[in-house]
Amino acid sequence: MAKNKKVGWNGFSLKPRKEMPAGLWMACSACQQMLYRKTVEENLSVCPECGYHFRVDAPTRVRQLVDEGSFEEIAADLASSDPLNFTWEDKAYKDRIQFDPEKSDSHEALLTGKAFIKGRGVVLAAMDFNFLGGSMGMVVGEKFCRGVDLAIEQKLPFLVVCCSGGARMHEGLVSLAQMAKTSAALARLDEMGGLYISLLTDPTTGGVAASFAMLGDIIIAEPQALVGFAGPRVIQETIKIELPEGFQRSEFLLDHGFIDMIVKRRDLRSEIARLIDYCGK
Amino acid sequence: MPAIDTKPTAAPMATVYLQFEDQVAQLDRQIEDLRKQDQSLQGPNAAEIRRLQKEQTKLLQELYSNLSAWQTVQVSRHPQRPLLNDYLSLLFKDIRHLHGDRNFGDDKAIVTALGQIGREKVMIIGHNKGKDIKEKIACNFGCANPEGYRKALAKMKLAEKFGLPIITLIDTPGAYPGIGAEERGQSQAIAVNLMEMSRLRVPIICVVIGEGGSGGALGIGVGDRLAMLQYSYYSVISPEGCAAILWHDGSQAPRAAEALKLTAKDLQNLKLIDTVIAEPLGGAHRNVHDTIYNVEQFLLKSLAELKRIKIDALMEKRYQKIRSFGSGCVEISRLKPKTTDISIPKKLSAKAEIEQAEETPVETPVES
Repeated sequence: MAKNKKVGWNGFSLKPRKEMPAGLWMACSACQQMLYRKTVEENLSVCPECGYHFRVDAPTRVRQLVDEGSFEEIAADLASSDPLNFTWEDKAYKDRIQFDPEKSDSHEALLTGKAFIKGRGVVLAAMDFNFLGGSMGMVVGEKFCRGVDLAIEQKLPFLVVCCSGGARMHEGLVSLAQMAKTSAALARLDEMGGLYISLLTDPTTGGVAASFAMLGDIIIAEPQALVGFAGPRVIQETIKIELPEGFQRSEFLLDHGFIDMIVKRRDLRSEIARLIDYCGK
Repeated sequence: MPAIDTKPTAAPMATVYLQFEDQVAQLDRQIEDLRKQDQSLQGPNAAEIRRLQKEQTKLLQELYSNLSAWQTVQVSRHPQRPLLNDYLSLLFKDIRHLHGDRNFGDDKAIVTALGQIGREKVMIIGHNKGKDIKEKIACNFGCANPEGYRKALAKMKLAEKFGLPIITLIDTPGAYPGIGAEERGQSQAIAVNLMEMSRLRVPIICVVIGEGGSGGALGIGVGDRLAMLQYSYYSVISPEGCAAILWHDGSQAPRAAEALKLTAKDLQNLKLIDTVIAEPLGGAHRNVHDTIYNVEQFLLKSLAELKRIKIDALMEKRYQKIRSFGSGCVEISRLKPKTTDISIPKKLSAKAEIEQAEETPVETPVES
């Protein structure tokens, strides 16, 4: 069976890799069942056998969440100015962020726009793990903040779908500063009484978890999503003991009181709509 | 107080030399040997000692004026570099330590204290790395747990209530990555700090005095002024971590450090920090008092400046400052044609479309 060779970011690995492998048929990375790709896609990229939630890219996520044809993208043309002029070995960060329609539909790790979910207007920002591990750099920060601005201006709820390895190291401290920037923007939204829903999907770690992901008025997670500050590999290397089963998964966070609810992908639309009815204006 | 001792640093120890300081160490040894032979200033060796000292100063000047990024990281981690405790004892008067996050515990990696600088009463928040091994273990080598960040926030809210300016002194390799830290919500603790610090209604001044390690540093590092000591560093990821990811080899850290632009000078060029505070020749550890004097001058000046600004204006300024980080995104026309399918006409962005329309002359219909 054709297996995707090295998807995503060079050297970045949050094991096990769980993108959907290419081909007509695929094996579920959780239950190893052979699945017909189309069936899985129709099932919102969830394994029909075991309910495992595969990662989906931002455009797919948006299609799954919003009312058909209602998404209007904003700030689409922003790109990083490569502030550090970052190069390593013979590679340059500048080349990495070139938009490549062959590889993916995204040209940054965040897709921001206005949409309707079951008729409720929202500002939606969805992260894309296929673009440099969904990492947050200056563009992600800026698009996020513009989304918040729009939500404040039009008095709409703000929904973020998190899916990221953390801050983008190729932009150095500029990306770290985005943590402060997004949080400060959310403080404004909070003061205006706006609703902010944060949806955590697999994975949400590092600088993204330690900023806007955890600041939701309501925090939802998909089942089995990896959510945490430090990646499991880093923790294991630091403390040198085997990590317990289910560590840093959504269920673990729910147990420890850091998220409000775990919602299956097929229920997301109705749950979010219901929450907006309760808390939105 | 068991772990946090505010006594001034003990009598000067023998300097620990860094790798790149071999020659300096050699000269120092020669001077020391000559001194041992002859204590007096007029003795037969005096001229030679003076010559060697001059040479040593010159060498230090040369070395420290062209420090590489990696060497800067090494200086910032120097075992004798002044730590928070030195600042607490030498820079501030009448320190009152405050403990505990009222929730889980008291993290020794973050110290919160009331104190006075000049005539100003302030709240001091800082990372504590610990001087000796016992203290280092007690405070986790400066890696804070969630309760540390929550303690910091609780004390900052206290400062807000009573209108005390906040001074944070940053010196941490990063927030602690451990099971307990994750269980107690490390990411949530830092996130809340970022959000709240952006809207605390008192002036906040942050100074990186040693290591500025990623989210762990930023967790107490959002404010109106951000300064760095000359040979400190502030980075999104440790050079070792970056090297492990990009080169698959932690020993490539020097190259990673260079690429990450983590020195004070580079960050000032990127407009991410406001001020670089000068260190004495050969780094802060060679002259603790001068270092602390320079920091004090900076703090007093910034406090005076910030106190003059009305609080609402200050809040707006702080917000605009934070919003300006990385706002230099470029606009591009994104729709590159698919390379495989040339027959499809090029899709252009709206902007490009207008430009093209302007270029092609409009054909005016000719009346027959």
